[in-house]
Amino acid sequence: MATLHTRSAARLMIAPSVLLLLAWMIVPLAMTIYFSFLRYNLLMPGMEEFAGFSNYKYFLTDPAFFHAIFNTLAIVLGVLFITVVGGIALALLLDQPMFGQGIVRILVIAPFLIMPTVAALVWKNMFMNPVNGLFAWVAKLFGLQPFDFLANAPLMSVILIVAWQWLPFATLILLTALQSLDEEQKEAAQMDGASAWSRFIYLVLPHLSRAITVVILIQTIFLLSVFAEILVTTNGGPGTQSTNLTFLVYAQALLQFDVGGASAGGIIAVILANIVAFFLMRMIGKTLEA
Amino acid sequence: MGNITLRNVSKVFGAHAVIPSIDLNINDGEFVVFVGPSGCGKSTLLRLIAGLEDVSDGEIVIDGKNATELPPAQRGLSMVFQSYALYPHMSVRSNIGFPLKMANEDKAVIDKKVADAARVLNLTDYLDRKPRQLSGGQRQRVAIGRAIVRQPKAFLFDEPLSNLDAALRVNMRLEISQLHQDLKTTMVYVTHDQVEAMTMADKIVVLNRGRIEQVGSPLDLYHKPDNLFVAGFIGSPRMNFVSGAPAAAYQAHTMGIRPEHLVLSKESGTWGGTVGVAEHLGSDTFLHVNVDNIGTMTARVGGDFAVTHGDRVFLTPDAQRVHRFDDKGLAVR
Repeated sequence: MATLHTRSAARLMIAPSVLLLLAWMIVPLAMTIYFSFLRYNLLMPGMEEFAGFSNYKYFLTDPAFFHAIFNTLAIVLGVLFITVVGGIALALLLDQPMFGQGIVRILVIAPFLIMPTVAALVWKNMFMNPVNGLFAWVAKLFGLQPFDFLANAPLMSVILIVAWQWLPFATLILLTALQSLDEEQKEAAQMDGASAWSRFIYLVLPHLSRAITVVILIQTIFLLSVFAEILVTTNGGPGTQSTNLTFLVYAQALLQFDVGGASAGGIIAVILANIVAFFLMRMIGKTLEA
Repeated sequence: MGNITLRNVSKVFGAHAVIPSIDLNINDGEFVVFVGPSGCGKSTLLRLIAGLEDVSDGEIVIDGKNATELPPAQRGLSMVFQSYALYPHMSVRSNIGFPLKMANEDKAVIDKKVADAARVLNLTDYLDRKPRQLSGGQRQRVAIGRAIVRQPKAFLFDEPLSNLDAALRVNMRLEISQLHQDLKTTMVYVTHDQVEAMTMADKIVVLNRGRIEQVGSPLDLYHKPDNLFVAGFIGSPRMNFVSGAPAAAYQAHTMGIRPEHLVLSKESGTWGGTVGVAEHLGSDTFLHVNVDNIGTMTARVGGDFAVTHGDRVFLTPDAQRVHRFDDKGLAVR
């Protein structure tokens, strides 16, 4: 795009898609903001009236809201921790030459290809079920009382299921990063007398830092809006123990039929997500510019 | 302090014997250069000494101790890699100090040794930079700095100059030679460039297909090559080989004559031919002459010998400097 002419031509060419994308974003956002200021209940059609900030007031003072914020953060941080640590460990293992490497790598990637609802159902019914589940069977094998995961540790169970789904993604990104580490650097460190552990700390981990940042960024975007796993397994319960912000907005809109309140919740979620994004981008900027 | 002995060392990858069997003695303080065409096993040999590859058979003795089974770090050797292999996220200071840090040296001791090494290598102003902010030659010096702080028994260099441009290569060649004079530590240097080998080495080991063709001082190899391979590999431009009737005149199957040992004349001589290409270097001119009934020969003449393409010239080999080889390619003396 060297000349003024080609530059303006290029602007003209991309204008339709930019406008389309803008409309795509602006219309729902504007409607959500509009609804959030209405008293809008699906059970009382035609009764909508301007409600000021009361929707926001009710949503923000709802005890479930703080619970949901905590749960959202717990899911994001918990899953990030498990997938990053587990992903590094798995990537290190898969980087070793071994028999049947290709098949093992495909098996590791498999969970990522299973849709969330199916994965959650499999975990709920085949693994965590206190009567028929695999974990219950193992517990009974050792003569222990089966543990009802979804009833007694709902949040942890959700984190476990989501982490299982995202582990392949982290592993894959970290494995490719690991394979790009210069062989001569590893050998130089070996000559310099670095043990395997020191090589990991001083060489491998700094080399992986960019890939880890990418994993954290991409996963955070998706983990803030975990929904299907919660709907299928715990329905946000017991109580609000496994309700995150997304699920709370859903419950407000489609279980309590309060569209106004749900819209206010949606706007709050957008603001919170932007705060998270702001800090993430600062962190990313620092790591990626190197 | 740093003598290295290889006894019957061999290396086999699968069914392919990269190094069939090698015996070699490297004396303390020597500058030994492994030279050979690519794929001759010279880098593999260096990596066997370093311990980065396991030997398939034979033993490596460093300093009188059997080091065959020792891990690389415990052999007391330092290595400079072709890609420099600097740690990209560490500063120059941390890069040079890394081996000492791994040896759990005192912080103060590390700082002092790093400062000393940096002074020797003119890196003092760059200690806080990252490797990517350095030029090729500076990176090379950091890699050398990382090697010298450990005060190793011997340095191993794996084609360290091949990533540098020609002018810098000449400089670094001098610097490494100077470093060897100062430190008097054994150095083992791998290169495919016979000029580097000739200029730097105390002892050259010419390798071909995993075998040692000849071991000797640079001038030994130049004046008394043991076989056709060494004769052709050492010296630039290459030695001319002639077989058949002209060689028979010298009672040899093949005779070899270096371009600089051919006397040229425009009037008369042993062999007549026409000039194909004349490469004028200023001080010298390399002539590629199509000699009648023999083929192309290269001759070196002074820069003021005026000939161009198509001119008729006569070449006379200096009889004292003719190399004679038998039908197996071995030198006849």
